[in-house]
Amino acid sequence: MHIVVCIKQVPDSAQIRVHPVTNTIMRQGVPTIINPYDLVVLEEALRLRDQFGGKVTVLTMGPPMADESLRKALACGADAAVLLTDRFFAGSDTLATSFALSTAIKKIDAEEPVDIVFAGKQTIDGDTAQVGPGIAKRMGLNQLTYVSAIRSLDLGSRSIVVERRAEGGTQVLTTGLPCLITMLEGSNVLRRGSLPDMFRAARAEVTTWNAEQAGVEDITQCGLRGSPTVVKKVFAPKPRNEKAVLVETEGKSDAEIARAAIDALFTANPKLEAEIPELVLAS
Amino acid sequence: MTDAKKPAPQASRASAKKELPEHFKSYKHVWVFVELERGQVHPVSWELLGEGRKLADKLEVDLCAVVMGAPDGGVALATRDSFEYGADVVYSVTDPLLSDYRNESFTKAMTDLVNSHQPEVLLLGATNLGRDLAGSVATTLRTGLTADSTELAIDDDRSLAATRPTFGGTLLCTIYTLNFRPQMATVRPRVMAMPERVPGRTGKVVPFKLALEETDIITKVLEFIPDAASEDAHLAYADIVVAGGLGLGSPANFRLVKELAEVLGAEYGGSRPLVQKGWITSDRQIGQTGKTIRPKLYIAAGISGAIQHRVGVEGADRILAINTDPNAPILEFAHHGIVGDATKILPALTKAFAERLAARRMAS
Ligand SMILES: Cc1cc2nc3c(=O)[nH]c(=O)nc-3n(C[C@H](O)[C@H](O)[C@H](O)COP(=O)(O)OP(=O)(O)OC[C@H]3O[C@@H](n4cnc5c(N)ncnc54)[C@H](O)[C@@H]3O)c2cc1C
Ligand SMILES: Nc1ncnc2c1ncn2[C@@H]1O[C@H](COP(=O)(O)O)[C@@H](O)[C@H]1O
Repeated sequence: MHIVVCIKQVPDSAQIRVHPVTNTIMRQGVPTIINPYDLVVLEEALRLRDQFGGKVTVLTMGPPMADESLRKALACGADAAVLLTDRFFAGSDTLATSFALSTAIKKIDAEEPVDIVFAGKQTIDGDTAQVGPGIAKRMGLNQLTYVSAIRSLDLGSRSIVVERRAEGGTQVLTTGLPCLITMLEGSNVLRRGSLPDMFRAARAEVTTWNAEQAGVEDITQCGLRGSPTVVKKVFAPKPRNEKAVLVETEGKSDAEIARAAIDALFTANPKLEAEIPELVLAS
Repeated sequence: MTDAKKPAPQASRASAKKELPEHFKSYKHVWVFVELERGQVHPVSWELLGEGRKLADKLEVDLCAVVMGAPDGGVALATRDSFEYGADVVYSVTDPLLSDYRNESFTKAMTDLVNSHQPEVLLLGATNLGRDLAGSVATTLRTGLTADSTELAIDDDRSLAATRPTFGGTLLCTIYTLNFRPQMATVRPRVMAMPERVPGRTGKVVPFKLALEETDIITKVLEFIPDAASEDAHLAYADIVVAGGLGLGSPANFRLVKELAEVLGAEYGGSRPLVQKGWITSDRQIGQTGKTIRPKLYIAAGISGAIQHRVGVEGADRILAINTDPNAPILEFAHHGIVGDATKILPALTKAFAERLAARRMAS
């Protein structure tokens, strides 16, 4: 079985700060990480490979330094890695990103047929959750998003059964391979790489393709030119200048503090007190 | 979504010029996808009709709802409600293949409908279903899509300006789809306000036929397992939400949050690290990558109030924060604050609320 996992290197946005005066992002020194949601699908891919045999190829599109995240994935046990890097890819929106990635996956598939493509539920920088479905549509793959568990996989009949999170419940779906899957967080936890895997990763070859090598024929579908959306303005959210009114705690017992807080709440919002009993009854 | 970091300067040079191709000029009207699943319409659809109404009025075009479902699947009711929430026209697609959500049948219905009736703007809810569908539709139509928009507006040149958070909520960016149609955007539940309903308001129904056979669809629904009532988190639409953060110290202490929630008839939730640590399930996460909430009262215990948490709770009428640190960011946007140990204050609040409610019941 051959599985492709799409991973993205993202800035650890928990550590991004906005310059208070210029309103620009202070990127210096912000470490990069593998998009956390991609680790969920990487682990799932490794488990399937361990169970059914075969190979996991990790794929990323990004600057040359994104090969760092591929090496991390190799260290966790992935078998092969492909880096798509080219200035023509710069400024890609979801449509252009899914074009580049699907083109590369088609090439990977031509070399060694792909059964499953995994993508993260969403990224923490782009945060659109649209690249996965975009790849599926461009490649004509059956699409399974927000999967919470893979119930069974039958390589003989080339079918898969999954549980998918829907509104108010779980859909149990079956579809045929090849398919594209995105998964919910909490489905699993990424393993730590074994020592041999870590040594292997350090020496491993990362296949690097530019647009042409990836098989892109129409360069106008890549990067800015292939992106129908245009970012016109980036700005910092308006700060709020209202601050919390603090409940007096000096020399008070917890019970007194609690009563004072409730008084403050209900004084500020008298309707609330009348509504709560109804809520309690309804629940 | 364009990655905000690189393009801005180049974008204004390369593609920010508006040159709408001739064949797109006939695209008109604002559409909202009404998310109907198992007979229920997701309320985000009504929120979108409320927002869509403003856009349609500014553009002086019709507001149209797209309702898809199986015969007896609630299409008639959803159509009536769509008019009452502001739609002028309802495109109605009724077919047994639309009974459960499947990407293939819904994408086919939506893309065919767009190609034959040509909307200028298409809005969908950023729910699991809406995101699954929006990405497929935008890719099939080769048009732009702004995901998880928090603000929508129409510019002087009639283009849709969709604003969304970027860089994990630290910044906002405004995105346009200049040279393609329709201009697509998704919006998360509870980001837009619920519009006033006008009983008896009606409009025009335009039926549309799905050109697809069951044999064309590879994916099959084997089963639907409804959530057990106890697990069913209605966080986004709850009137009162009590949430905990890492400040609670241990998963065992999270019980204190649930106990207060129970006394108040509230839903409970938490910050993202609690999901990562497995203290709560991911559908209970509040914030940028979790749920957006708009309760009448939000009680946050041991939550620092990081920007990614804040963007999910700013719509709350009242916020009460409990934190040991008087400088915690949450006290910058909460309305009331208690500087103290949540593991002591939470039980005290539970008791005090219970007493107050009991006294009220006695009095009435
Ligand atoms: C891309 C991205 C998306 C994210 N999305 C979300 C999201 O959707 N939702 C979300 O919540 N976070 C999100 N985060 C994480 C966010 O940045 C914060 O890390 C997180 O909200 C912090 O959680 P916390 O407040 O529980 O923990 P901490 O930041 O560790 O805060 C704990 C707080 O508890 C207080 N405290 C300690 N002891 C006590 C006590 N005994 N009693 C009372 N208070 C006490 C401390 O003073 C502190 O303020 C995201 C991050 C990124 C990068
Ligand atoms: N540049 C990229 N390289 C590889 N995979 C990507 C890239 N961008 C997005 N993806 C994949 O698509 C998923 C969803 O991304 P997004 O649509 O940006 O939220 C990610 O979790 C990745 O699996």
